[in-house]
Order: sequence, then structure tokens, then C-alpha cells
Amino acid sequence: MNTPVSRQDETDLDGLLEHCNALRLAPAPDADLLPEGFTGMLGHFPVYFPEEIAHAAGLLPVAVLGGGNRLELKHADARMGSFVCSICRSTTELGLNGSLAGLAGFVTHPICDAAKHLAGIWARNLPEQLSEILYLPQNVNTPSVVRYITAEYQRLRGDLERRTGRPIGDDALRRSIGIYNENRRLLRDLYALRRDEPWKLSCTESYLLTRARTRMPCEEHNALLEGALDAIRRRSLRAKDKPRVVFVGGFCEQPPVEMLEVIDDNCYVTDDDLLVGLRWLTTDVPEAGDPIWALAESFVERSAASPVQHDERKPKEAWLMRMITESRADGAILTAAKFCEPGLDEQVAWSKHLDGARVPYLVLEFEEKMTSFEQMAMQVETFAESLLFALA
Amino acid sequence: MTTATLEPAAEGVPAAIPFDSRADGQRLMRDWYTALAEAPARGQHVANVFVMGNAVEILRTFDFQLVFPEINSLQTGVRKASEEYLRLSEDYGMSPDVCSYVKADVGLILKEHQHPAGRIPKAHLAIASNMCSTFIKWAEIWERLLKTPTFVLDLPGQRAGNWQVRPGDAQHAADARWVEAQMRDLIERCETITGKRFDMDRLAEVEERVNRMVFHWNSVMALNRACPAPYNAMLDGLTYIGIMNVYRGTAEGVEFMRALEEQLKAKVARGEGRVAEERFRLLFSGTPCYVSMRRLVELFETWGGVFAYSDYLTFAAGGMDAGELVYDTSRPLESLAEVTALAAQRGLSNQFFAHERLEQQIRDYGVDGIVFHGIKSCRFVSSGMADTRDYLNKRLKVPSLYIESDLIDPRYWSDAQIKNRVDAFFESLHQRGGGAPLAKAAAAATGGAA
Repeated sequence: MNTPVSRQDETDLDGLLEHCNALRLAPAPDADLLPEGFTGMLGHFPVYFPEEIAHAAGLLPVAVLGGGNRLELKHADARMGSFVCSICRSTTELGLNGSLAGLAGFVTHPICDAAKHLAGIWARNLPEQLSEILYLPQNVNTPSVVRYITAEYQRLRGDLERRTGRPIGDDALRRSIGIYNENRRLLRDLYALRRDEPWKLSCTESYLLTRARTRMPCEEHNALLEGALDAIRRRSLRAKDKPRVVFVGGFCEQPPVEMLEVIDDNCYVTDDDLLVGLRWLTTDVPEAGDPIWALAESFVERSAASPVQHDERKPKEAWLMRMITESRADGAILTAAKFCEPGLDEQVAWSKHLDGARVPYLVLEFEEKMTSFEQMAMQVETFAESLLFALA
Repeated sequence: MTTATLEPAAEGVPAAIPFDSRADGQRLMRDWYTALAEAPARGQHVANVFVMGNAVEILRTFDFQLVFPEINSLQTGVRKASEEYLRLSEDYGMSPDVCSYVKADVGLILKEHQHPAGRIPKAHLAIASNMCSTFIKWAEIWERLLKTPTFVLDLPGQRAGNWQVRPGDAQHAADARWVEAQMRDLIERCETITGKRFDMDRLAEVEERVNRMVFHWNSVMALNRACPAPYNAMLDGLTYIGIMNVYRGTAEGVEFMRALEEQLKAKVARGEGRVAEERFRLLFSGTPCYVSMRRLVELFETWGGVFAYSDYLTFAAGGMDAGELVYDTSRPLESLAEVTALAAQRGLSNQFFAHERLEQQIRDYGVDGIVFHGIKSCRFVSSGMADTRDYLNKRLKVPSLYIESDLIDPRYWSDAQIKNRVDAFFESLHQRGGGAPLAKAAAAATGGAA
């Protein structure tokens, strides 16, 4: 049995969470104050990016997750249509207003057409940065896909080597994989804790702790998670009368923290797809053999699911049902970011499936820039009450 | 622009009947819809494909009847019936903010496949490429609602600005290997579905016909560099690309493109333009608004403005007008993979770096201005459009107009507002002293300055 958490430990945990929240609100780290061992930063857009390659190159991987609800768009409104999702618009704003000037490069992915256009916007406006699309495959079912991904990762490796002027050795890659394997283990522990004792760790807290990795070296994040997990396990909080739910729709654009808090106030979120790209590889990447091949193979064989990754082996409805079943949830909150075409399409499919499976759900649409949550709070509260009533 | 000699009409084609690109194009489209409706009775296998990255050449060797769901959706717009289909899908739960083609197709499914042009058969196979991300989400809808087996053809696209990929270089070889592996996988699936053995010789035959179509097509595109332009890229051109897609790799397709090239060449030789007096040569960037395309073109043509080029004719016709894209029929499968990989980067996914292609086409077609048509439901073309416009304005000082409506949703068409903007655009062109390309052409012909 864990020793109960002391008041000091709880204060420390609060301080840690505040630190994580401050990191969330800050733009990219200062290029002049990089942690030891890093010579620059590489920005990457959701969902998944093989951070190990940048890490081994001495480039701090910085996930570019939009501008949240405190960024005023002064440039992007004139450069992207009003029908484009908030994260693409605010990312453009961060590029144009100089907030990301310290990046050595910016990599986006073929997750959707708006995301692919970011590479063109970067090429036109920030030509001094390395900007590109990492063409992760949408067909992961044809046998030679690992070979293709390996070639694509090798291309990225070459680009980063030219950018930094130093080779990325296999040993450096294996070391980075080891560090990230540890991170994957800690994040699995974090989610297992939420599944087993959700009263000890809210969805918001878990989110802040996970997101901190986007602004610090992975090894530093490992230490942060170790400390946080230890304190959380020793928390002496008691379970409340709240329904257990799964949250989906946070795979790319990030819902405002206030929205997660509204959900936490009424429900225990026992699993979610928030920042799923940081948890994309679900088990350890082999640390022996060719490290690039190991990363490529893991993308295919040891990976999660999202609405923007086609995989014949993982129908999205089955993936959602697995999340619900394994986390013993009573219902689901199906969200989609406004103007996110893949998310909005998936929301329909999920809701039709849950209708058939007789699983209660709530449909919500959000934007990272939203600032008013009263109406949403009422919807969540009503949903939670209906779940509790059904469970009684 | 090609200077090659035109080949004679195919055997059996009655030479006495004059070619009418519009009427013949419409007849071919009607024939296609008839063939679609009759496919189940014939016991023919059916495949859903998109216009970008579709491996049609392989499907034709297996005698699949091809359904183009994008064309079905746009045809609901052309036939002024789209709103009913869109409302049905929105009532079903589809968001107002997603692709209206997808929504019209969901409406079609909900209407038991009854299309204004006839009954659309259910597919035995769907191919969705990653060139437009919506293709994949669309195919997933068929997987769910119709249990259609889906094959995602993943085509590595243009990775970055100033991306140079040449046939045979290491990057192209790596990409082509991946595409070829997928095509071999697709062939196995087609064999399972149809019960037929793959025939490499038939693939070579289909490719030979595609080569001929593309040869004529490239010439057709280049002919519009003439002043006056013999056709309007966003009106006549829409018929042409319909044939390029639906009849790709067929004898009818070859003959249509051959006759079209012949007709347009003669028109250019006579100095005939699309409009009586061509005053402004324009470039249209984006997708059409099929519910009001004739009206939109009319707004421009009344000012003597003609769309000499549109990037839509490039990416929506398979992206093979970028040169060097010819199948080597002595090694059909390998060549198919190589050309497909190249077309994906030079003609399709370079939409994400649109400024590069437009910069070139502004020069090649000698245009006086660009019209950008942004639409909410097509993020493939629209997301980077405003930034591209800003870039080209600053770099090339080319006047441009930005308008918004939709592919097929009539609720987004605002006639008075668009007319005001078009009129203001032409007034500004006049004030800049533009608008006399005929004089420029005459001066060029006599060696004088325009």
C-alpha cells in the first residue's frame, strides 16, 4: 500500500501541475536557452511524429498544438479561409507573428488537407526554416509498408543531418528510443491509474502532465512523470458519485482546458484520445537492430488509432468500443473540433454505432479558441445525471 | 505546345458527322450513366474511384464498370437537384461544414442510389487515394453503410517547396517501389473479387490508350495558350475533363481527345476565340461551383474575360499534363507505378505548394489576372488559397479576385455579391490599363511591342 500523500507532497504536485500549465500557455521554448545536448528545435504538427529521430539529432522536438484561446489572430485571418479549423489558423498565426521563429524546421503530415497546406504556407512565409510533409502512409496494410516508412524516415534523417551539420548515428537513435520507451511506459502507467482509480487523477491533470512533453526533453519529462505518478498514487482522495466516460475527438486540435474541467466536474474520464500522437506507439520499440526500421515497424505494428489514420485492422468504432470496454466506461463523450472534416465525419459514425450498441453518449463540438463554457457545462451535467440515473 | 502531326480518325468512326465537343461529351456521359445502370444486369463488377490517383488502368483490365462518385455528386449540382441530397445527409447527421460531394453521396445512399441521371450500382470495390484526405473518409462511409471493400492507394506526394523529383532518381525510385507494391496488392484483391486472372498484355493495351489520350490532352491544354483562347477552361474544359476521367484508357476517350485537339487546332488557325472579343485572359484557381458555373462564366465573359487555364484541369484530370508522363508499355506495371508516383507529385499533391504551379502557368498562359474560388467544402484546394494569393500578389503583382461559394450547395451562392466583386475586379483591370491581349498578339505576330 502506498504511503498517503503529505500536504507538502500535494503542494508539490500542485506546483508541478501549475508548471505544466505554464508550459502549455507558453509558445515554443527560447532558442537561446535550450537544454544541454540540444542545438535547436524542430516543430511538428499533430498527430504522430517520430520524435526519436529529432531527439537523436540534438533537435528538441516541439509539438505545435495551435494557439489555444488566448491568441489573437492578426495575420492568419487574411491568409486562411474562415472555414479552416482553428488549430491550422492559429498555427499559421504563430508562424507569421514570429512566435515560432526559433524553430529550425516544421514538419506536418498527411492527416488532412488543411494540415498539408501548412507546409506550403511555411514554404512561402518562412523559407529559412526546413519545412516539409512527412508522408506517413494511409495504407498500412500492404506488406512492404514498413520498407516505405523506413525510406521516408531515412529521408527525414538526412534532412535533419544536413540541417544540423552532424550525422545521426544508430547508437544515438537507439539511446533516444530507450528514453522514449521509458516515457511510453510512464504514460501507460498514468492512463492505467486513471482507468483504475480515476478519482485520484482528473482528465485535466493527466492532460497537463502529458502535454508537458511537448516543451521539454523526453528525459526531463520522464523525471517529471515519475515524481507525479508517485505523488498521485499516494493521494488519499475518495471516489465520488460520478459516471465513467471515455472522451474522444482530441487527437489533433486541443480542446480548451476549461472544457476538460467542465467534464471533470461531472464525470470520471477513464480513457481519452487527447494527444494520442504522443502515445501513438503503444508498446516498446525494439532497442536492438536497425533503429529506423524498428520505428517504422512500430508505426504499423504497435500503434494506436485515430480518425485520420486508415487501417483495415482497426475500424474506428471497434477501437472506441475497446476503449469503453477496457476502461469500464458507462458512456462516451464524442467531440469534434469545428471545421475538422475527419473529426466531424467520425463523430457521425461513432454516434450511429453507439446507438446500435446502446451505449449512452454526448456529442459536443469545440474550438480551441472558445472561451464560454456555460452551455457546455449544462449539457455535460445533464448527460452525467442521465447516466447516473440509468445506473442507479 | 506540341507540334506533332495529328493522327487520323480511328477506323469505323464516321468522318461525315462533325465533331461537337459539347454534344459529343454529353452523349458520352449519358452512355456512361446508362452503362452504370445496366451493370448489375450484365453481371459486371463495379468499382468506385476518385479522379485523383485511382489505378483505373488496373481496374479496366479486370473489366470493372467504373463509378466516379465525385462526378455523380457534381451532376446533382449541374442538374439543380443537389439541395435535396444535401439536406437528406444533414438530416442523417452530417455536418454542414464537411465536403458537399460527400454529403450528396450520403444523400444518394439514403435515396437508395437513385440519381437524377439514373440508378447508380453498388460497388464491389472502392479505391481511395490519399491525394485528397476526404477520399479516405468518404470510402470509410461506404465501408460502414454498404460494406464496400476499400483499398487505400497511398501515393507519396510533394514533400516540400522547390521539390525536384525526376524519373529514375533515388527518391522517385523509392516512391515508385512503394506504389508498385500496392498495385500488386490491389491486383490480388481484384483477382479475388472478380475471379479473373490479371492480364499484363491488357494492361499494356489500356496504357497505350491512356498515352494517346494524354498526348492529345496535353496538346488541348497547350492550345489555350493561344490568343484568343479557343475554349473556356472553366466551362468547355469541364466537359473535357469529364471525358478524360470517365473514358480514360478507352477507345472512345482516345477518339474524343483526338477530335477535340483537331477541332481546337483548326479554331486556333482561324483565329477564333471562345468569346467574340477576348479582352482579358484569366486563370481560375480552385474548384467550380457546379450549381452556377454557367452563370459565373457569364459574369466574366460579358467583360471579355476568358479562363485560359485552370489548375482544376490539371489535378481533376489525373495530373498527367506535367510532361514526361508516358507509360512504357514494354514494362506495364512498373511503368504504371513510376508514372503514378510522378503524377502524384507534379500534378496532384503540388496543390499544397500551389504558388509554384501558378507562377509557371501565369507565364505560360499569359494571363492578366487570377480568380481564386475558395469553398468551404473543399479544403484540398481552399485552405492555402488566401496565402497563395497574397504571395503571388506581392511577388508577381498579378491582379486577383477572391470569391467564395460551394461546389454544389446552392445555399452558398450569392449572385449579387459575386457579380459586384467580378464587376469591381474588371473595373480595376481597366484602370490598370489591361485588357487588350488581341493587340498584344497582333503586335507579337508582326514583331512589334505590345
